[in-house]
Amino acid sequence: MSLEIIGITVLWTFLFGYVILGSIDFGAGFFNAYSIITGRQHIVSNVIQRYLSPVWEVTNVFFVFFFVGIVGFFPKTAFYYGTVLLVPGSIALILMIIRGSYYAFELYGSKGYKGHKGYAFMYGVAGVLVPASLSIVLTISNGGFISMIDGNPVLDYVALFTSPLTWSVVVLSTVAVLYISAVFLTWYANRAQDTGATNLMRKYAMFWAFPLIIAAVGIIYELSYHNPEHFSRILDLWWMFGLSFLLWIGSVWLIWKRKQYGAAVGLLIGQFALAFYAYGISLYPYLLYPHLTIHEGFTNDAMAISLIVVFILGLILLVPSMYLLVKLFLFDKEYVQGIKKKE
Amino acid sequence: MLFEDPVFASRVLTLLTLSFHIIYATIGVGVPLLIMIAHWVGIKKNDEHYLLMAKRWARGFAVTVAVGVVTGTAIGLQLSLLWPNFMELAGNIIALPLFLEVFAFFFEAIFLGIYAYTGDRFKDKRKHFLLLIPVVLGAAASGLFITVLNAFMNSPQGFDIVNGQLINANPVAAMFTPAMPTKVAHVLATAFMTSAFMVAAISAYKMIKGSNHIYHKKSLYMTMKIGLVFSIAAALIGDFSGKYLAEYQPEKLAAAEWHFETEEGAPLLMYGILDENEEVKYALKIPFGLSILAHGTPNSEVIGLDQFPVEETPPLIIHYFFDLMITIGVFMISLSLVYFIGIKRAWPFVKSKWFRSLIVLGGPLSFLAIEAGWWMTEMGRYPWILKGIMTIDAAATSSEYVGLMVILFGLLYLFLGIGTVVVLRRMFVNNPVEIELEKQRVAQGGETT
Ligand code: HDD
Ligand code: HEM
Ligand code: HEM
Repeated sequence: MSLEIIGITVLWTFLFGYVILGSIDFGAGFFNAYSIITGRQHIVSNVIQRYLSPVWEVTNVFFVFFFVGIVGFFPKTAFYYGTVLLVPGSIALILMIIRGSYYAFELYGSKGYKGHKGYAFMYGVAGVLVPASLSIVLTISNGGFISMIDGNPVLDYVALFTSPLTWSVVVLSTVAVLYISAVFLTWYANRAQDTGATNLMRKYAMFWAFPLIIAAVGIIYELSYHNPEHFSRILDLWWMFGLSFLLWIGSVWLIWKRKQYGAAVGLLIGQFALAFYAYGISLYPYLLYPHLTIHEGFTNDAMAISLIVVFILGLILLVPSMYLLVKLFLFDKEYVQGIKKKE
Repeated sequence: MLFEDPVFASRVLTLLTLSFHIIYATIGVGVPLLIMIAHWVGIKKNDEHYLLMAKRWARGFAVTVAVGVVTGTAIGLQLSLLWPNFMELAGNIIALPLFLEVFAFFFEAIFLGIYAYTGDRFKDKRKHFLLLIPVVLGAAASGLFITVLNAFMNSPQGFDIVNGQLINANPVAAMFTPAMPTKVAHVLATAFMTSAFMVAAISAYKMIKGSNHIYHKKSLYMTMKIGLVFSIAAALIGDFSGKYLAEYQPEKLAAAEWHFETEEGAPLLMYGILDENEEVKYALKIPFGLSILAHGTPNSEVIGLDQFPVEETPPLIIHYFFDLMITIGVFMISLSLVYFIGIKRAWPFVKSKWFRSLIVLGGPLSFLAIEAGWWMTEMGRYPWILKGIMTIDAAATSSEYVGLMVILFGLLYLFLGIGTVVVLRRMFVNNPVEIELEKQRVAQGGETT
């Protein structure tokens, strides 16, 4: 494997980690806000307090890893994307800051304080808007929205916001967040033996399962017009998407039958992994169609090798630590059920 | 529009974000060490007060870390958004420490999460203590790696530029630049110092407000002692930083000192003003001071601004930032030294209201010194973003919307800043030490230590 491929695989993996962890986090915030409006607050907010507040910083690091790593492996992306993403990137940042501040101020800061409804609502809404604003990057990478003027890339906002592709990507990312989150929370609530929450989250999961597939098919359809070259590469990878679809059927079936929620989460991760990597492979070799490929954008070998070495050393340190974290907050039955008080 | 020029707007936004982040970053580097010391002393002396300190500080720390994370994410992304050309170049040579920083932080975040949420899951307090070691190491390493990057900006090396192309990149050599040892040491020492004086200020404030509990006395004494050690370290390392500047960035030192003409036996100027003819007035002159700061001997020659073209002269305002930093440094050393000796010799005035007020003042002043120090180094690099290689003008984004972002982020930081204060106050005022100690005793079956 060439260094470029290793580099992009590492980055894509971090992004995938962020997509899954982030989705759980964003979706939970949304369901929390939704249940506050419909007057069922405590059901979801318990899960948020017990699972999300110890791990959201770790989730955030996945994102930081991605954007720090991409500048390291592919420095030219800083030039292309950095210049054009100022507005969408800043908006995503502001939304993320609002969410982070909710954890800081409402969850860590308040002992015995009831919590502010408007704030919880903002936290929830910001959560669904983050994936929408970040997904713009994926749309842009398909090409057609950036032109070079005086040697500087310029984003055509009108074309971007009137393109059906943009909106189908936004819809897919939003629906995917809600679906991933609902499936995970069904499992978590079930482990916590909270029947009310399990039933509620299961209902949400079933509700979002079908829109997800419709949105995904919609994007592929849009792409056939927008970027036929990319479309044909997606068709070449039909088997990966097909497999992903089968896994989707599996997880929906399990949830429908109220069986093996843990396995359903596993299938869900497999489903998204297949689709996510298939999509990544179909973009190859472009980082930004048609301006930048992973070959021209790549850093020098010395930097690439040192980053990969550090990455491996880092994993040796982090994987056991992550394991400890997961063991304590996800797989420790007593903690999940709230028998061990949180400090 | 106020911010028509994207370069100017980018500078303002960078200044805003970094100046805000550095407050939380300093706490993030320094407070874990304090928690660890308190926890350790508590175990050693079997003293519930120190254990409670560790617990309460960790609780407040969770809030500041969270804000540090979001502002850090902001600055990390903004570096690419505002300075795309710089990051493109930097990505080729200096991405390594940035990558390492994230790993260090990752490590810290995991163990901090575990430490904060498992306080009562461990029977053996020493095991819980062990969780702090990765937190302290991760926090210090975050500070170290990010400062390595900043050192590179001041004295870049580890590559060659031939015909505008960057070749022979050596990422490891780029990390060990001449600026790196003094800069890293000074940044870490001042972070420890500032965090200690911040906690000391809170304890002193409590005592002024009438709380006479031994908890506050212990906490004040311990943090003042830690602060004393690190403020002396900060001054010593600061002296080495001056020597580094004299050798590698003489224009920065000269601008900070309003040292216009190259001369031997140069005096150190404090304060004063510049009149129309660039004559220094009303300044405090310390004879031979600058020569000593720059080279260690009173008669050595110090390069002045006459050796540099006008376009490469850093803004002269950095003189005041430099003075502010040094004044505060000397003040804090004196204050904590007097306090320390005063407690040993039982001088009554160290327990007086006015002396405690000075300690309260010392907390914010230390933060001010940190800000002033950064403003000096960063503005003192003007006009370079990468010294001698890339100018600020060439590095900035060409996007026209930066001005708007300055306003949006400004409002957001205001909200975060106020939120932090309100939340921390609520957290500690609603749950005072006395009541928490009482609760602990009841929980343990009424025994007292
Ligand atoms: C509590 C904060 C604090 C205190 C009391 C001091 N400093 Fe400082 N100083 C910093 C906080 C700081 C800093 C914020 O950490 C800086 C900014 C950039 C850096 O590397 O460290 C810094 C930079 C800095 C530099 C520039 C280094 C460079 O540009 O590479 C010099 C020459 C000094 N300091 C010297 C001193 C001296 C002689 C002090 C004597 C008391 C002193 N500092 C106290
Ligand atoms: C890795 C560390 C750092 C990097 C990569 C970095 C990067 C930059 C960049 C790109 C600029 C704009 C160029 C300029 O105006 O000089 C800048 C300016 C500035 N930075 Fe840094 N910086 C770092 C550390 C810090 C820290 C920790 C602070 C602390 C608050 C800081 C404070 C500032 C300030 C105040 C400015 C504005 C200076 C001006 O307006 O001229 N920097 N920095
Ligand atoms: C240009 C300068 C800087 C950048 C780009 C930057 C970047 C970041 C990022 C991205 C985070 C979030 C953590 C994560 O999710 O990985 C963070 C947090 C942090 N940063 Fe900064 N940082 C800068 C300056 C500094 C400086 C100068 C220090 C220390 C002296 C520092 C110390 C920390 C610490 C300790 C945290 C952890 C949060 C906390 O504990 O409060 N940073 N920084």
